[in-house]
Amino acid sequence: MNFSRILKTIFLVEFISGLYMAVKELFRKSKTINYPFEKGSISPRMRGEHALRRYPNGEERCIACKLCEAVCPAQAITIESSERSDGSRKTTRYDIDMLKCIYCGLCQESCPVDAIVQGPNFEFATETREELYYNKEKLLENGDRWESVLAKNIKLDKPYR
Amino acid sequence: MPKITINGKEIEFEKGMTVLQACELADVEIPRFCYHEKLSIAGNCRMCLVEMEKSAKPIASCAMPAAEGMNIKTNTPFVEKARKGVMEFLLANHPLDCPVCDQGGECDLQDQSMYYGVDKSRFVENKRQVKEKYMGPLIKTQMTRCIHCTRCVRFATEVAGVPEIGAIGRGENMEITTYLEKAMDSELSANVIDLCPVGALTSKPYAFEARPWELKKTESVDVMDAVGSNIRVDTYNWEVKRILPRLNNDINEEWISDKTRYSCDGLLKQRLDVPYIKKNNKLQKSNWDEAVSILVEKIKTLNPDEIGGHIGDMINLENALSFKKFFSVIKSNNLEFREKNFFIDPSEKSNYIFNSSIKGIEQSDLILLIGTNPRHEATMLNARIRKVFAQKKVPIYSIGNPGDLTYDYTIIGNNTDDIKKILSNESNFSKILSSSKKPVIIIGESALELKSGKYLIEGFKKFLKNNNFINKDWNAFNFLPQNASTVGLIDLKIISKDEDKRNSFFEKLKNNQFKLLYLLGSDNLEIKKNNEFIVYQGSHGDRGAEIADLILPSAAFTEQNGLYENLEGRVQECKKASYPIGEALEDWKILNLILKALGKNENLLNFDSLRKEVLKSIPNFSKLNELPNFKDFELIDTSPYFESEEVDIKELDYFFTNAISRASKTMSECRQIKHNSKKTGTDNL
Repeated sequence: MNFSRILKTIFLVEFISGLYMAVKELFRKSKTINYPFEKGSISPRMRGEHALRRYPNGEERCIACKLCEAVCPAQAITIESSERSDGSRKTTRYDIDMLKCIYCGLCQESCPVDAIVQGPNFEFATETREELYYNKEKLLENGDRWESVLAKNIKLDKPYR
Repeated sequence: MPKITINGKEIEFEKGMTVLQACELADVEIPRFCYHEKLSIAGNCRMCLVEMEKSAKPIASCAMPAAEGMNIKTNTPFVEKARKGVMEFLLANHPLDCPVCDQGGECDLQDQSMYYGVDKSRFVENKRQVKEKYMGPLIKTQMTRCIHCTRCVRFATEVAGVPEIGAIGRGENMEITTYLEKAMDSELSANVIDLCPVGALTSKPYAFEARPWELKKTESVDVMDAVGSNIRVDTYNWEVKRILPRLNNDINEEWISDKTRYSCDGLLKQRLDVPYIKKNNKLQKSNWDEAVSILVEKIKTLNPDEIGGHIGDMINLENALSFKKFFSVIKSNNLEFREKNFFIDPSEKSNYIFNSSIKGIEQSDLILLIGTNPRHEATMLNARIRKVFAQKKVPIYSIGNPGDLTYDYTIIGNNTDDIKKILSNESNFSKILSSSKKPVIIIGESALELKSGKYLIEGFKKFLKNNNFINKDWNAFNFLPQNASTVGLIDLKIISKDEDKRNSFFEKLKNNQFKLLYLLGSDNLEIKKNNEFIVYQGSHGDRGAEIADLILPSAAFTEQNGLYENLEGRVQECKKASYPIGEALEDWKILNLILKALGKNENLLNFDSLRKEVLKSIPNFSKLNELPNFKDFELIDTSPYFESEEVDIKELDYFFTNAISRASKTMSECRQIKHNSKKTGTDNL
C-alpha cells in the first residue's frame, strides 16, 4: 500500500467526492421522465406501429402492388387484391401479423406510393395475441389517427432518401 | 456447314439462320422485344443490336441473315451503348406504372431495363397518351404502355388467321387497334397476352388478382379437348388463378385456346362440396356415410344387369380404370363413355387415334376433313392446319360444311355418296388424293355418328392401304375425338361390346332398362329420366347433378394426379395443383368407400397400382409423353353397311362444351359476344 493511498483512506477523499457528486446532482434537472405521463423525443425515422395512409381526398394510397409483401423478411404481410368497381387496383385484404413483424422498415422503404408506413407509435401492447393481427381496417384507422405526424416525418426524412 | 464467329468463338450454324439464332446456338443471350420464334420477323424494336465487323453501324441481329465468316460481337461497349440508347427511347414514352401493372414481375421491358435502362430520365416533354381499346372480355388493354413490337398484329394475321388487329398512324401517333373496337373472332385470341412483352395487353379476368411470384406453378395438361395441350396451372392457395401454355412443339407449340386458358374460373363456381341426397324431390346436404349407405343398399337390391355406368369427358385413366374395376366387382358390364352413339372399332389402336400426329400435319401435302370442324373440336390442331396452309399452301378439302375455319378449303361433297365415289375411284378427287404424297384424312365424330360410320372407317382404311398411305412412316388415317378422355377410355375397353345390336348401352338407356345409372363426371349424356335412380359423381353442379338423386362430390382435373391420353395416343400426366373443395374426394377414393361398405375389402383400390395397371393395359404404349409404337397395320376385309346420308357436322357450343366451362363466367361472356356478333357482308356465310 503506497503513501497516497493511505492518505486518501485516512481523509475519506473518495467518500467525500462521492457525496459531493450526490449533492450536486440533487440540484440538477432530473434526467428521467415520468413515462406514461411524460414522453421522450422520437426520431422521424422511428419504426413503430404500422399504418396505411390515405390521400388528402380520402382515397386510400395502397395500390396492391404487393412489393411490401414480397420484401417482408418475416412474411408478416398478406395481401389480396382485385379490381374495384371503378377499375382501379385496390387491396381486398391487407393483413399484418404484428407478432411476426421484426420492425425492419423494408415495407415502408419498398412502397412506391408511401402507403404503408411505420409511425412513431410504440405503445400498442395488447392483452391477447389476436389483437395484434392487424387487418386493413385497423391499419387505415391508424393512418387516419397519425396522419399529421406521419406526413411530417416523411417530409423531414425526405432529404436523406 | 457455314461458320460464324460470335464473341471470338467460332460456331457452325444452319443455312438460313439469322444472326440472333446463331447467337442463341452460341449460348449468347440477345435482348429482344419484337422477335418471336413462331412469328415472322419484324425488326422494329431495335433491341437486338449487335456489332458486326466491317459495319460502321450496329445491326439488328433478328433481321440479319447469318453468313459465312461474319464476326459478331455482343459484349462490347459499343453494343451496350446502342442498346442503352434504344432502351431510353422505349422508356421515353412508357409510363412509370409498374406497381399497378399486371405484367409487373414477368415483364420483358422491366427485366431488360434492369440491365440496359438508365436510372434517370432525360425526357422532360409530356409522355404519349393513348386511349384504351376494347378487345373483348378476355383482353384488357392499356395502350399507353405499348412499345409497338407488333407481335400481336403478326400473331393475329399469321397464327390465328384473323387479321383483326393492326397498327394505324405512324411515328409517335402509331396505335395498335382492332379497327372496329370489337372482340377478336378467334379461339386463340388470348395468346396475344402472353406475346405482349409489356403490360399493354393483359388478361381481363385475371386483372389485379395476383403477382406472378406468389403463385404456385404446376405443369399439367389440358382436358378441355382431346388435343391435350401442355399447360401450367398457377394457383394461389387452393384457387386456380390462371392457366398458361407450356412450350411443346409436338402438340400446342406455344399457344393454347381461350377455353383452355379461361375456363379456370369455372373451377371455383358451382362446385359440389358435400354429398347431396334427393329427399322430397329436393337435393339436400348430407354426409358420406349416409350417401354411401343409400347407394350400397340400391346396389345390393338390384340385379347387376340393371346397373349402368357412364364415364364423362374429363375423367383421367386411373379413375376410369377404378370405375371399371368397381363395375366388375358388382358384376355389371354396362359401361360406356360415348356421349353420342358413334361408331368406333376398339380392336386396333390405329382405328381411333390421330395417326399422322399433330406435328406430322406439317409434312402433309393434302388435308381432307370428313364431318369435322377442327376449329371448335380441336382448336390447337386447327392452328396446325392453318400453319401448313399459310406456309406451304397445302390444299384442304372437306366433306360437309364446317363453316369458317380461318383458312380456305374446298367442299367436295355433303353426302356419303360422295365418299363412296371417292373410295371407289369414281370421283376426280380420288386421283388428286392418290397422287398426293402424304395426305391427312381427318374423320370427325359427326361423320361416325352416321349409319354408315363403319363403312367410312373401313372404306378409308382400305383405300389408304391400297394407295400405300398407311405404312410404317406415314399413316394418313386419322380420327378426331372431341373429349380428353375418349382415346384412353377406348384403350381401357370401357365401351359397350354387343356387336349385333351395336350399342346395348344406348339401347338400354333409351328403353329405360337401367334401375341405377351411375354417372362418373358425365354431363353431356342425353338422358330421358324415367324411374332410374341416378348417381352423379363429379365436381360441378351441372347437367348430370341436375337430374341426379344422389350426388357424390369429387375432385376436378386440377385437383388430382392422373393420366390422360390425347388424340394422338400420347399419354400425359395431369398434376395436382390444388385441393378438392369441401368434403370432395378423388374418384377412386369414393369408389373405395363404396367397396368398403359393400364388404369387398379385398378389392380396394390403390393409386399407384392403378397407374401401373393403366400403363400396362394401354396398347402400343411406348413412353410417357411419347407417341405410341406401331409395328404393322393389318386389314380385315369386311363389307360394312352403307346408306346414303347427308354429312351433317354437329355444331359445338364451343364455349360451353363441358361442366367446367359451363360454370365459368368468362366463358359465358365470350359465348354471349359470339352470339351477338353480327356477320358482315364479306364473311363467307
